[in-house]
Amino acid sequence: MSIDKTSETPKDAPAVANSEAAAAAVTAVDPRLLVREQGLAGYVGEFKRKMRAGELGSLPVIVGLIAICVIFQSLNSAFLSAQNLSNITITMVGTGMISVGIVFVLLLGEIDLSVGSVSGAASALAAVSAVNQGWPEWAAVLVAVAAGAVIGAAHGFFFAVLGAPAFAVTLAGLLFWLGFMLQVLGANGTINLNSDGLIGQLTTYFFSDVAAAYGLAAVVVAVFFATSFLGSRRREAAGIPSRPLSETALRTALLAVVAFAAAYMYNQYKGLPLATVIFLAFLVFTDFVLRRTAYGRKVFALGGNVEASRRAGINVTAIRISVFAISGFFAAVGGLFLASKIASANQSAGTGDLLMNAIAAAVIGGTSLFGGRGRTWNALLGVMVIVSIQYGLQLESIAEPVKYMITAGVLLTTVVIDSITRKTQKTAGRA
Amino acid sequence: MSATPVLALRGVSKRFGAVQALTDVELEVHAGEVVALVGDNGAGKSTLVKTIAGVHPIDEGAIEWEGKPVQINKPNDAQNLGIATVYQDLALCDNIDVVGNLFLGREIKRRGILDEVEMERRARELLTTLSIRIPSVRIPIASLSGGQRQTVAIARSMLGEPQLVILDEPTAALGVEQTAQVLDLIERLRERGHAVILISHNMADVKAVADKVAVLRLGRNNGVFEVKTTSQEEIISAITGATENAVTRRAARTNGEVSK
Ligand SMILES: Nc1ncnc2c1ncn2[C@@H]1O[C@H](COP(=O)(O)OP(=O)(O)O)[C@@H](O)[C@H]1O
Ligand SMILES: [Mg+2]
Repeated sequence: MSIDKTSETPKDAPAVANSEAAAAAVTAVDPRLLVREQGLAGYVGEFKRKMRAGELGSLPVIVGLIAICVIFQSLNSAFLSAQNLSNITITMVGTGMISVGIVFVLLLGEIDLSVGSVSGAASALAAVSAVNQGWPEWAAVLVAVAAGAVIGAAHGFFFAVLGAPAFAVTLAGLLFWLGFMLQVLGANGTINLNSDGLIGQLTTYFFSDVAAAYGLAAVVVAVFFATSFLGSRRREAAGIPSRPLSETALRTALLAVVAFAAAYMYNQYKGLPLATVIFLAFLVFTDFVLRRTAYGRKVFALGGNVEASRRAGINVTAIRISVFAISGFFAAVGGLFLASKIASANQSAGTGDLLMNAIAAAVIGGTSLFGGRGRTWNALLGVMVIVSIQYGLQLESIAEPVKYMITAGVLLTTVVIDSITRKTQKTAGRA
Repeated sequence: MSATPVLALRGVSKRFGAVQALTDVELEVHAGEVVALVGDNGAGKSTLVKTIAGVHPIDEGAIEWEGKPVQINKPNDAQNLGIATVYQDLALCDNIDVVGNLFLGREIKRRGILDEVEMERRARELLTTLSIRIPSVRIPIASLSGGQRQTVAIARSMLGEPQLVILDEPTAALGVEQTAQVLDLIERLRERGHAVILISHNMADVKAVADKVAVLRLGRNNGVFEVKTTSQEEIISAITGATENAVTRRAARTNGEVSK
């Protein structure tokens, strides 16, 4: 309602103040203005300022990824082969999807420990529906993801309405849904999926036509450039600072290099994997929701200051429940991809290091554990790191225990970086 | 000045566990009037503000808006009536930029998507006309100084043409120049027919802009004074609860006149 009020009376509020004095004050350039507003040189300057202020963003993880590639490639030249990279990007989708949900929860400054079990429960539900009940697979998929969302919403209810700590509620969820999954799977403990079915194909289907991967890369680059360019034009037309064309061009060029290199790599092997396309679609969509919609703005607001959000009229309870529902949904989606990879739903689904990897991926990618800072793309970067390490160690035939210890080291490093970042930001006055 | 107050509190009480923060408080604010709310620390000023703003619903009593009884149970209720509040603790989100904070909870949308361009344009326009100078409207609130945050919080209350603006110690963190600007702003609000409730510890500020002074003491009303005809000492003795009798009153009054 108040939105309408503001839009009807755009000229009113400003008239409140003394405009002549203001106009005089503004004509002189404020020396404290951030260099950001002065073109490409300003952009470089702002980058330096961000580094000094401890706003590292995704920089550490990108450096880390490059280091991983260099190290494992020097140990074994099969690491950067098209086959290995293609396998890595398909394997990572299951954990990555779960991690996308974790990013949402972390943005609130909360945690969801149930996602591993929920992913297992969802895959069990899908398998029982499709195989034991003989339902069509699309229906089984719908049942599984809907169940995931409902389970997450239930966790959210206990947290948001009844006020129980999310940590404890989802810990109970971890146990409960693990038990539920074992119950659903019944005596055999394993239900094999039809590997040619919808779920099976999630991780085995490739768009083998060379044009598919290049086409997608071209579309992505074109859409990115068009939206950035038109956005800048609109800002210019409105008389507010906009990104210089040179910067838009540079960003587009960087994206093009990455996109076409990936497309080339996929085409060297079996083509563009369906799993990758679905993962990217979810990432683009969730990033859009978080950064371009009022809903996303509310999620960030809650992560920054719950009381301020409440006073701004945000329905805190509803947002909290919805975020846990999103987490449950992505846990279920991830569970389907993990089941697809092994073509079955079994008793070990959702257990082991899955939960920790999903959380670690979000944090390694640059999402803050303290709430209010992060993007869903962080899940992609983080899970890439984790799965690359796993594959690299596997090529070296290094055993499971060492894998765990190395992943733990990576996680600890990133958490330390996150904490130091926060400290630096505090001293730089930006906590 | 209209006869019906824009906002009237009738016998409002509010309790927090064992603390009786407000007891039987009465308050009236008319359009085009600035009412200063004063009182010692812990007198219940901020609590009163929060009951009006819908942060803490009242336990007893009634709230009247333009003569009609209303329920204010949540912040949205107050916003929808046309009440804008600048809280003492500011209530800004540190991780969100200036534009995002200004429009938090009432974002401008274009086809369902946040219209960042329009929000930024209006934010700049608003800040310019309020002579508010901050390094950039696109940096997180966390990187602003205390005074700058205060001005952002005030600017936020000016969006959307509120009928009643409540300012809880708005000048406490400000320098001389910015304080003067806020006081100018309050006068301009009054000229435009808005009602204003101003909380301040600074008697000079109160005398400069307020029409009436309502004193709270230990959660109760302790007098409402016309600023023009009341000395600073009288107000201060009402705040501190100095014994009220004719002699002290007279003394206070003569002193007040001497010091002028
Ligand atoms: N949320 C709360 N919970 C419990 N007690 C509170 C709360 N808010 C205020 N109080 C108490 O109410 C009284 C009035 O506080 P407040 O309204 O902040 O005073 P003022 O703003 O006049 O300095 C104080 O005794 C304070 O401790
Ligand atoms: Mg107070």
